[in-house]
Amino acid sequence: MDSVLIQQLAQFVVSGITSGSVYALIALGFCLVQNATGIVNFAQGDFVMLGGLTAVSLFQDWGLPLPFAFVLAMAFTALVGLALEGGPLRHARNREVLVLVMITVGASISLRGAGMLAWGKNVHTLPAMGGDAPFIVLSAAVLPQTLWVIGISLAVLCLLFLFYRHTLVGKAMRAVADNPYGAALVGISVRRLVALAFALAGAVGALAGVLITPLTTMSYSTGLMLGLKGFAGAILGGYGSTLGAVVGGYLLGLLESLGAGFVSSAYKDAFAFLILLGILFVRPAGLFGSERVRRL
Amino acid sequence: MLKVLNVSAHYGTVPVLRRVTLHVDPGERVCLLGANGAGKSTLLKVLSGMHRLSAGEIHFRGTPLQGRKPEEIVRMGLAQVPEARQLFPNLTVRENLELGGYIHGRRELRHTMDEMMTLFPILRDRQKQKAGTLSGGEQQMLSIARALMTRPKLLVLDEPSLGLAPLIVEEIYATLEALNRQGTTILLVEQNALGALDVCHRGYVMETGRIVLSGTARELAEHDEVQRAYLGRDYRHKWER
Repeated sequence: MDSVLIQQLAQFVVSGITSGSVYALIALGFCLVQNATGIVNFAQGDFVMLGGLTAVSLFQDWGLPLPFAFVLAMAFTALVGLALEGGPLRHARNREVLVLVMITVGASISLRGAGMLAWGKNVHTLPAMGGDAPFIVLSAAVLPQTLWVIGISLAVLCLLFLFYRHTLVGKAMRAVADNPYGAALVGISVRRLVALAFALAGAVGALAGVLITPLTTMSYSTGLMLGLKGFAGAILGGYGSTLGAVVGGYLLGLLESLGAGFVSSAYKDAFAFLILLGILFVRPAGLFGSERVRRL
Repeated sequence: MLKVLNVSAHYGTVPVLRRVTLHVDPGERVCLLGANGAGKSTLLKVLSGMHRLSAGEIHFRGTPLQGRKPEEIVRMGLAQVPEARQLFPNLTVRENLELGGYIHGRRELRHTMDEMMTLFPILRDRQKQKAGTLSGGEQQMLSIARALMTRPKLLVLDEPSLGLAPLIVEEIYATLEALNRQGTTILLVEQNALGALDVCHRGYVMETGRIVLSGTARELAEHDEVQRAYLGRDYRHKWER
C-alpha cells in the first residue's frame, strides 16, 4: 500500500466517525421513541434541523454565547417533542400504530414548512468550536470541531447509558419498553414516560443538529436526509436496541465515508440506503436486534 | 376493604361481567373461583383500572375506584399479581423489584427490598439474573414480591398456581397465609379450587360473568356444584353415598 492510500484511508475514517457520531445520536432518538411507544417517529430528522437552526438564530440574531445557544436550542426542541406527543399523538382518536406513524410524518412535513418560513431557503452555519485550523493525526487532517462532535456525542451516549442503567426513571423506561402492561400494574405512569421519551428524543436530535451545523451547514430541508440516515443506522443496529443504534450509526458513517471515498462521492447518500435495503432483505432484525413482537 | 357492587363490563358489545357483587373485609383471605372464560380476569382488569366498567360501583377503603388510572389505584394500596406474571423479562430480578417500589422512590425501596429477599431467599441468589431466565415458580415469586414492593393493603392474585408444580404451589400458598397474618388482605383468583379453598376463609364462584355461589370455604368445598365442577366429583358420588 502506498502512503497516499493510507493517508486517504485515515482521512475517510475520521470523517466517517464524525458523521457516524451524528447518525448515532439521531438513531438513538428513533430508539428512545420506539422503545417507549412502539412507533417510528419520522419527525426525528426535523428535530435535528430545528436544533441546528434554532442555535443559529440564538447565536447570530440574539447574540447569545455559543454554549448557551446550544443548550437553549436543545431545550426548545425538547419542548417541540413534548408538544408533538402531548398534542396530536396523544389526542389521536385512532390509536393504531400506523395512524400514529402517519401523524409523525405529518409533523415532519409541518416542521419542515415552518422551518422554511422561519429561516428561509438559505443554508446557515455556525462557527466551528476550537477554530478552523486543522491539525494532523495519523496523516489525516482533523478539525477541532470534529473532536467536539465525537467527544460530546460519546459523552451523551454514556450519560444516556447511565440514565437507563442506574436511575429509577431510566429503569422504568426500559420496563415500559419490555412490558407496558406490567409497568402500569406497578404504578408506573406510562404516559409520563412516553412524554419524557419524546422530550429526550427532541433534545438528542437537536444536539446532533447543533454539532453537525458547523461542518456541513444546515437548511430547512437538511433534516429529511439526516433523519433517514439515522433511521438507516437504527435499522442496521437492530431497531429499538440502544446499543445497536449507536453501533449502527457509527458503522453507517464509516461505510458511507469509505464508499464515497473509494468508489464515488456522487453515490455518498446512496450507500446509506443500499445498506438499509440490504439489511432489510438479509437480516431485518439488524445486528443487535431480537425479534420481539410486542406493542402497546 | 373492597366492595364491588353490581359491576358490569363489556368487550365491545359482548357482556363479560353481569352485575357482579362481592366484598372483601380487612384481614380476610377470599378466593374467587371460576372456569376459563368466567370473567375472573376481566374483573381484575376492571379493579386495576385497565378495563372500563359499563355499570356499577367499586369502593376501595371507602373511596370510589372506578374511572381511576392504574397508577392511582396502585398508590391507593391495591396491588395485583397478574395473570402470566407480566414481569420485565429483560431486566434483572433486582430491577424488577426496584420498579415494584417505583411509587415510593429510592429511599424506602431498599428496606422493602430486603424484606422481599428475606421472604423469598431465592430472589436474593438470583438478583443479578434477568427475570426472563427464571423458572416458572421463581417468576411467580418475583411477581408476588414485585407487587408487595408497592406495600399494598389488598393483594389480588390471578391464578398464581397456574403451570407450577404442586410443591411450589403449596409454598406460595403458605407465603400468602403468612403475609395475610402480617396484615395484608388477600383476594385470590383461581381455577384450582381445592388449593384455594384450603387457604381462604371465604369464597365466591363465578360462571359466565355472574357470581353464582358464595360462602365460607368449608360451605363451598362441600357444595355439590363446586365438587362436581371444580373438585372432579360427579353426581354419582352423592347418589351412591
